[in-house]
Amino acid sequence: MSVKTIPLWTLTGLRQGKATTRWRGHGPEPGQDGFLGMPRLDPEKCQPGCEECVAACLPGAISLTAGDSRERVRVDYGRCVVCQLCIDACPTGAFSASSDWAFGSRNRGDLIWSRTAAPGAGSTLKHAIRRVFGRSLHIRHVDAGSCNGCESELQALNNPYYNLHRFGVFFTASPRSADLLLVTGPVTYAMRAPLVQTFDAMPEPRFVIAAGTCAVSGGTNGGGYSCGRGLEGLLPVDVYLPGCPPNPPAIIQALLLLLERLPQRVRGGQITPEEPRSGGAHA
Amino acid sequence: MMCSSTAPAITDLAADGLESHCRAALAAGARMQFMYALFPSRDAPAQLRYVLHPGPGAPPQIWRCEPEAQPVASLAAMAPLLSWYEREATDLFGISFRGQPMPQPLVLLPGTLAERPPMTPGATTPLRHVAAPHPLPDLAGAARADVQIMPFGPVRADVLESAQLVFYYIGEAILHFHPQLFFKHRGMEKRFEGLAPRIGTVLAERVSGVGSVAHALAYCHAIEAAAGCDVPRRAAWLRVLLAELERLYNHLQYLGHLCHTTTLKVGEAQGKYLEELAKQLNCRVSGSRLLRGLIVPGGLSREPAVTVVGPELDRLEREFLRYSDLLASTNSHVDRLMTTGVLGRRLAFDQGATGPVERASGIDRDSRRDQPYGAYAELPLRVAVREGGDAYARQSVRLDEILNSITLLRAVWAGLPAGPIRAPCAAVPCSEGLGWAETPRGTAYYAVHLDAAGRLGRVKIKSPSFSNWRVFPYTVHDSNMMDYAINEASFGLTVSGCDR
Ligand code: SF4
Repeated sequence: MSVKTIPLWTLTGLRQGKATTRWRGHGPEPGQDGFLGMPRLDPEKCQPGCEECVAACLPGAISLTAGDSRERVRVDYGRCVVCQLCIDACPTGAFSASSDWAFGSRNRGDLIWSRTAAPGAGSTLKHAIRRVFGRSLHIRHVDAGSCNGCESELQALNNPYYNLHRFGVFFTASPRSADLLLVTGPVTYAMRAPLVQTFDAMPEPRFVIAAGTCAVSGGTNGGGYSCGRGLEGLLPVDVYLPGCPPNPPAIIQALLLLLERLPQRVRGGQITPEEPRSGGAHA
Repeated sequence: MMCSSTAPAITDLAADGLESHCRAALAAGARMQFMYALFPSRDAPAQLRYVLHPGPGAPPQIWRCEPEAQPVASLAAMAPLLSWYEREATDLFGISFRGQPMPQPLVLLPGTLAERPPMTPGATTPLRHVAAPHPLPDLAGAARADVQIMPFGPVRADVLESAQLVFYYIGEAILHFHPQLFFKHRGMEKRFEGLAPRIGTVLAERVSGVGSVAHALAYCHAIEAAAGCDVPRRAAWLRVLLAELERLYNHLQYLGHLCHTTTLKVGEAQGKYLEELAKQLNCRVSGSRLLRGLIVPGGLSREPAVTVVGPELDRLEREFLRYSDLLASTNSHVDRLMTTGVLGRRLAFDQGATGPVERASGIDRDSRRDQPYGAYAELPLRVAVREGGDAYARQSVRLDEILNSITLLRAVWAGLPAGPIRAPCAAVPCSEGLGWAETPRGTAYYAVHLDAAGRLGRVKIKSPSFSNWRVFPYTVHDSNMMDYAINEASFGLTVSGCDR
């Protein structure tokens, strides 16, 4: 070890100061300027007979129901890969760009657009998770066939900017000491068994997050000769987090939602206005 | 107007002429790039395509071969890098080769149940998998009982991509190393079939997420070559901006991860912090931290926010220079890299190493300069080369490339020409095109074949990690456990791109 260099590294660390940003838990998170999230739908602008968005959407997130009513467009944000093609395709601006990323949801149904979203739906959890885990959570991540985009953002959680440890959340190697299984990818035929074995090896109570659109529904890569549809029909899911990939604050939001330290923001495929904060989201 | 890729010349070869042509091309200094199979139509017999570069600076050549009978002569003994392509063609297209030195399946894992090779026309049944013992090489000799076998994965520690690493070792010494890849095989090439070219871009961006830009570029170059369309000059410059932003955040991630393996904690944190700043810059420029959604056939879908680049670059460069000085003067870090995982020049060439890995083994090759595309010919591109072939050389190449990326980004930012960013790019039915781009990990190629309706018929992806994973084990055999993680990190491999 060079005698000269190590103090310099220490100095670098100190000079850098605290890079971690304060987790706001409400309003815009720092460092996400410009982020393009899930497209917003305004069905009032929808024209009868038009199907442009459906043809443009590779993962099949947009479908049409029969009839000519304005409500005929159905968007499943659990399938959306945020490609923005529907926005380009729509001749009337019914789809528009947004910065919405807080799509962590306990209910798969809350990811589907609906005008009349029941407020508070899906806010009860099977277990009182906070009682079980207190303020600490150990995650076993399994890549079940991702494009590595989700891993890139999961790895970012441990950088000094997001510093996941401050929330008492840690990644662990052993499924035996894990509380949460965090799955990425559409689940390839070859990863199916290792994934299920990992889940089976975890002690109860155990929780599952489907992270990224592939794990939620297969995304652009589900089906075909090699892939499933993410965790659909495979494992019980406690929090769904679509995104391609979800950005680090979206992952943090989903983890805190699981821990009941933050309320769910998405209802009926739309980000609801801020609910009064109950506190406790801070590190 | 800029042209993205020159139309390649196609030579028809009879199956019995493959070996002699290959021998002659190699003797003349050519390098085989990749090989793939396709069914030109539902009832047509399979066709093989070989893509090669006759020499530095020359445009690629394509050999087309319609074998009347199988097995086809394997070229792997002459051009070892073709071995994996042949095995893939056997697994997915059912084509058999004669004299293939490693006839085991490659892409289909041991224990895979496939009714028919999944890329043959009409194959519809999904693959299934039953756990099966991996056929590992046999060991013999007096010390046989001392050799331990450790399979690690496919679910590994930390947040890592899935792959199974099998070590044969005695104590600290690794005798043999076998990476079992392709747990992540998603059948991506099949997925392109039937799509409109514009929508295929969304898929190309999701082949290797941290190479979204370069994959979209290589794919669009192929589509543009097939359509004969030219990309407006401003778009060509902006594509360089996106591609170099991608290289920047990848190389910074690489350094942070490399420091993790040499247990240089502050170096790890600082590398990851710089990567985060670069990703935040990506987000402000493009709306996506992985720079997705801008590249489309014919140019760009929308204007990126270029003005923010200049001031942010100054800050990144300042911090990076301080960081790289510290890395260079930290003996504990440098000592672990030097002489670790040496890859010789000849091995790198024969087995098809690409990108920073081959450049660190003394091979002066970079498609941005040698088969130039987009605006690179107009910009101050420098190709970094080192002779050492070790982890230190691989780090050095990336350090140099970061500086050159910053130079290129600044040049684009300062000199960006005005004009449109998108030209019409109508698909031509029954056309084909070859495209490439230099990803942060080496050259990616896309070969596209359009059907009679102008939709994608066959798309072949040659990803750089497919090449570098093939090379990597040669540096692990006969090494030691303590160096393994450092050596792997120094290669900077992705699994998703390789497995597809
Ligand atoms: S942004 Fe989402 S909904 Fe729109 S086309 Fe892309 S995947 Fe479909």
